[in-house]
Amino acid sequence: MPLESVNDFVVRFANVNGSGSASANELFARSVLRMGVPVSPRNIFPSNIQGLPTWYEVRITEDGHLGARGGIDMMVAMNPQTWDKDVASIEPGGYLFYDSTKPMPASKFRDDITVIGVPLTAIANREYTDPRQRQLFKNIIYLGALSALLDMDVKAIEQLITEQFKSKEKLIQSNFHALHLGRDYVTLNLEHPIGLRVRKSDKVGDRIFVEGNSAAALGAVYGGASVCAWYPITPSSSLADAFTSHCRRLRVDPETKQNKFAIVQAEDELASIGMVIGAAWNGARAFTATSGPGISLMTEFLGLAYFAEIPAVVFNVQRAGPSTGMPTRTQQCDLISCAYASHGDTKHPMLFPEDPTEAFEFGAQSFDLADRLQTPVFVMLDLDIGMNHRLCKPFKWDDSKQYDRGKVMTAADLDAGKDFGRYLDVDGDGIPFRTYPGTHPTKGSFFTRGTSRDRYARYTEEGPPYVDNMQRLLRKFETAKDLVPKPLRANSDKATRFGVIYFGSTAPAMDEAAGLLKAQGHHLDMLRVRAFPFHHSVDDFISDHDFVFVVEQNRDAQLRSLIVNECAIDPARLVPVLHFDGTPITARFIASAVSNRLDALKVTPLRKERA
Amino acid sequence: MTYLAKPKFHHPALPKNALGFTHRDYEGSVSTLCAGCGHDSITAAVIEACYELSLPPHRIAKLSGIGCSSKTPTYFLGNSHGFNTVHGRMPSVLTGANLANRDLIYLGVSGDGDSASIGFGQFAHAIRRGVNMVYIVENNGVYGLTKGQFSATADRGSKSKRGLTNNDSSIDLVAVAMQLGATFVARSFSGDKGQLVPLIKAAIEHEGAAFLDVLSPCVAFNNHAGSTKSFDYVREHNDAVNRLDFISPRDAIKVDYEPGTTQIVEQHDGSRLALHKLAPDYDVHSRIAAMNYLMERQAAGEVVTGLLYVEPDPEDLHKHLNTVKAPLNTLEAKELSPGSAALEKINASLR
Ligand SMILES: Cc1ncc(C[n+]2csc(CCOP(=O)(O)OP(=O)(O)O)c2C)c(N)n1
Ligand code: SF4
Ligand SMILES: [Mg+2]
Repeated sequence: MPLESVNDFVVRFANVNGSGSASANELFARSVLRMGVPVSPRNIFPSNIQGLPTWYEVRITEDGHLGARGGIDMMVAMNPQTWDKDVASIEPGGYLFYDSTKPMPASKFRDDITVIGVPLTAIANREYTDPRQRQLFKNIIYLGALSALLDMDVKAIEQLITEQFKSKEKLIQSNFHALHLGRDYVTLNLEHPIGLRVRKSDKVGDRIFVEGNSAAALGAVYGGASVCAWYPITPSSSLADAFTSHCRRLRVDPETKQNKFAIVQAEDELASIGMVIGAAWNGARAFTATSGPGISLMTEFLGLAYFAEIPAVVFNVQRAGPSTGMPTRTQQCDLISCAYASHGDTKHPMLFPEDPTEAFEFGAQSFDLADRLQTPVFVMLDLDIGMNHRLCKPFKWDDSKQYDRGKVMTAADLDAGKDFGRYLDVDGDGIPFRTYPGTHPTKGSFFTRGTSRDRYARYTEEGPPYVDNMQRLLRKFETAKDLVPKPLRANSDKATRFGVIYFGSTAPAMDEAAGLLKAQGHHLDMLRVRAFPFHHSVDDFISDHDFVFVVEQNRDAQLRSLIVNECAIDPARLVPVLHFDGTPITARFIASAVSNRLDALKVTPLRKERA
Repeated sequence: MTYLAKPKFHHPALPKNALGFTHRDYEGSVSTLCAGCGHDSITAAVIEACYELSLPPHRIAKLSGIGCSSKTPTYFLGNSHGFNTVHGRMPSVLTGANLANRDLIYLGVSGDGDSASIGFGQFAHAIRRGVNMVYIVENNGVYGLTKGQFSATADRGSKSKRGLTNNDSSIDLVAVAMQLGATFVARSFSGDKGQLVPLIKAAIEHEGAAFLDVLSPCVAFNNHAGSTKSFDYVREHNDAVNRLDFISPRDAIKVDYEPGTTQIVEQHDGSRLALHKLAPDYDVHSRIAAMNYLMERQAAGEVVTGLLYVEPDPEDLHKHLNTVKAPLNTLEAKELSPGSAALEKINASLR
C-alpha cells in the first residue's frame, strides 16, 4: 500500500554538490511554510566542495515536530552516484521521484514503492541551450513537478520566486516558466496528486525561518560586539560570515560610511582568541566563532582569560570529533573540553541554546555575562542548529536595554578615592573591579598577567594570596549560577518517579519523544538545562526523581559527567541516553531507548532498595 | 620573588618634561633581571624615550609575551596598563587591544624566543596587517628565562655556553619584517643608548607597524666567546648605516648638518627624523636596497644597525578596516544595537 499522509511526511532530495539544487530545495521548504505548514529541513553534506553527494531533507510536520524524524517517505533521486543507497532508504510504501530521461533497468527499482519518472533532462534540453541554464532550471522543473504531485499551492511558490528576484521581471518569468514545465508534465502525464499531500493550514503563525549561525551572529550585533576575530572552520564559518553581512547592513555609520565594527580573519585560532582577549581587556565586546579543533588550539589562552579575568565570548558550533572527526556531522561533544578548557583548575560558563531564537538571545546575553563575570563564556551551538534553517519564535529586543558592562571603575570613581584592587572582592560575589587601559593619568593602572598575584595585582608566588585568589574565582563561579539562563522544567501531568534532562539541539526531538512515550504510558518530568554552571534547580530536579535520563549527542555522556562532578550526584541515578553517529538525534531513538530502559526498570523497583 | 615597589621620593630639582612629569614618572618597579642584562638597558631607553616625548604615561599600553625580555614592561611605565600575555602570543593580544581603542599607543615587547620561535607566526601576521604599534624584540639569541637554550635567532655556527654548536640557520627578524611590509624597521644595540633612544621615539611617532630588533646580550647565558650576540661581538661588528636625531613637531629644525650627509624624513604626525648617514649610499626609503644591503653585510659577518627602512606615509589596520574614528570601546548600546524596529524588519524578511 502506498503511504498516505497529509502534512506529515519526509521528503529527501539527493543531489550532486554544486549543481545549484540548494536554492530550489529551499524554495520547496519555504513554499510549504507559506502554506501554513511547519517544516524542518536539514542539510546532509560531505566535507567537499563540488561533485560529491549532498542531501536535503524536509520534514513536513503539521504538528510542529522540528527534530529529525528518521526514515524517508519520498526520495527525489537526482544523483546517479548514490542511487542504490537512496532507493534502499525509502520506507516501504514510499515514493521514488527520478529523472526518467534515460531508461533504467527494472532491477534498479523496488516493487514495494511507487516510482514516479519525469524526463527532467529531456525537458530542460528541449527548452534551453545554455548548459548552465539547463542545469539550474532542471531544479525548478522538478520543483514544479513535485508541486503537482504533492498538491501544493503553486501561488505560494510563485510568490516566493517574486520576492526572491524582487524587480528582476525577466528572471521571475523564466523561473515561472520552468516551474510550469514540470507542473504541466505531471498534470498531463501522471497520476496526481499522490498519497503524500500538503494542505493549507495555519500552524506557522508569526514564526521565522532562520539558521542558528545567522541568528547567533545577529545576537552578537545586538549584544554590542564590535570586534570579531576568527579562523574558518566548518560548521562555524557561516557565523562569522553572517556577522560580517549583518554588520555591513546594520553597523555602518550612515554619515561617514565608516564601520562600527572590526572583523579580522586571523591566521589561526590562537590568534583569534588572542585578539578577542586583547580587545576585551581594552574594553570592547569581542568574540570568536569556532568548532572543536579550534577550541583545542585556544586552550592556553582560555586559561589566561580565566585567571587574568578577561571577558571573551566563544561561539562553538560543535561537530563530531575527536580530531577532524566528521567535520560536517553534528554532535554535542565539546562540553567537557569547553567547561574545563586549559591547564590548572579552570572552569567556564557555557550556554546551550535550543534553536535560533535562543541562539540570538543567548548570543546577545553572552556579552553581558562575559563582562559581568569577567571570564570567557561559551555559546554552545552545533551543526544541527547552526547550519540548518529552523522554524522558531521571532527575535525580540527591548530598546530600553543598556549593556551590562560589569564592574568597571571610571576616572571619576578613582578621583572620588575608591579603593581599586584589581583582584579585590569588594562585594562578596567574587567579582572584582577592573579599569580599562587609559582611564586615569595616575590611578587605576595595573599589570595583567597569567602568573599569580595579590589582590592589588602585584606579582607574588606566595601560597596564601594564590589560594585566596583561586577561592575567590570559585565564589565567582557560584555567582554565575544565578546569572546564566535558568533550566526550564516541564512536569508530566501524571506524577512520576522518572525525569529526563536534555539540552541544546536535542530539544525538539525530546519534546516529540515525550509525546510518544506518554502514548505508551511512560510519563516523564523534563528539565531542559540551558547553561553551565548548573542552577540549584538541577540538583532539586534530580532529587525529586528516582532516575533521571540524561539525553545527549556524544559518546561519553558529557553533560552527565558534568552533573555528577559539579552537583555531587550518585551516577547510578543518571541514566545516559546517547546518540552519536553524527546524524541529529530523533524522537524515535529517544523514545525507544527510554522505554526499553523503563520497561526493564519496572522489574526492579529501586525505590524500595533505597529506603 | 615578590613585587618590589620603587621608593617614591621626588627630588625637587628633578627636571620635568613638557607635561610636568619627571623621569621617575615613567619608571616601573625595580628590575629583577640579572645585573648587567641587556634588557635593563632597553627598559632605560624606553623610559627615556617616553619622557623625552612627553607622553602621558596612561595613554600607553604595554604588552608582552613570556621570557626575561617580556618581564621588562613591569620595570617601565608604572602608570600604564600592562599585559603579560602567553608565550609568543603578544602580537594577537596587542592587535585586539588596538582594534578596541585606536587612540592609545601600543608598545609590544618580546624576546627572540617569543617572536622567532613559538610566536613566529603571530609576529609575522601582526606585521603584515600593519597594526599601529612599536614592536620591540630584545634579541639575545637564547632563551634566557629557561636557562640558555638556543633560540631561532642564534647564528649558525655560534656556540652555547655549554659548548654546543648551533647548526640551524638563524632567522633575521629585521629581514622578515622588511619582507612582510613593516613600515618602520630598525635595529639597534642595548649598549648604544644614543642610537636606541631616538629610534624608539621615532618608532612611537610612526603611525603603522614599527619593528625594532634590539640586540641585547644575556650576561648569564650568551655573553661568552663564540657567541655572536655578546657585548664584545656586537660592538666589534656593529655596522651602523646612520645615526638618528628625533625632532618632535614642536621643535624647529636646526639645519647645522653638513649637506649631503643628512637626510630629513618627515613623519605623518609632523615629527622629523634627521638621519646622519654613515653608509653614504644607503637609501632608507628603499625596501629592496635595504634588504640587499642587509644580506651583503650579514654575509660579511657584520651586524647592520640604524633606521633601516621607513615609509613616511604608512597605512594601518584601522585604515584597512575603515573603522570609525571613535575608539570601538567607547561605543554603547545606542550606537551598537540596531534596535527593535530594525529587528522587526529582519523578522519579516525571515517569514
Ligand atoms: C607554552 C609555553 N612553552 C614554554 C614556556 C617556557 N618558556 C618561558 S620563557 C621561554 C623562552 C623565552 O625566550 P625569549 O623570548 O628569547 O626571552 P628571554 O628570556 O631570552 O628574554 C620559554 C621557552 C612557556 N612559558 N610557555
Ligand atoms: S637570564 Fe639572561 S636574559 Fe634573563 S635576566 Fe639574566 S641576563 Fe637577562
Ligand atoms: Mg631571548
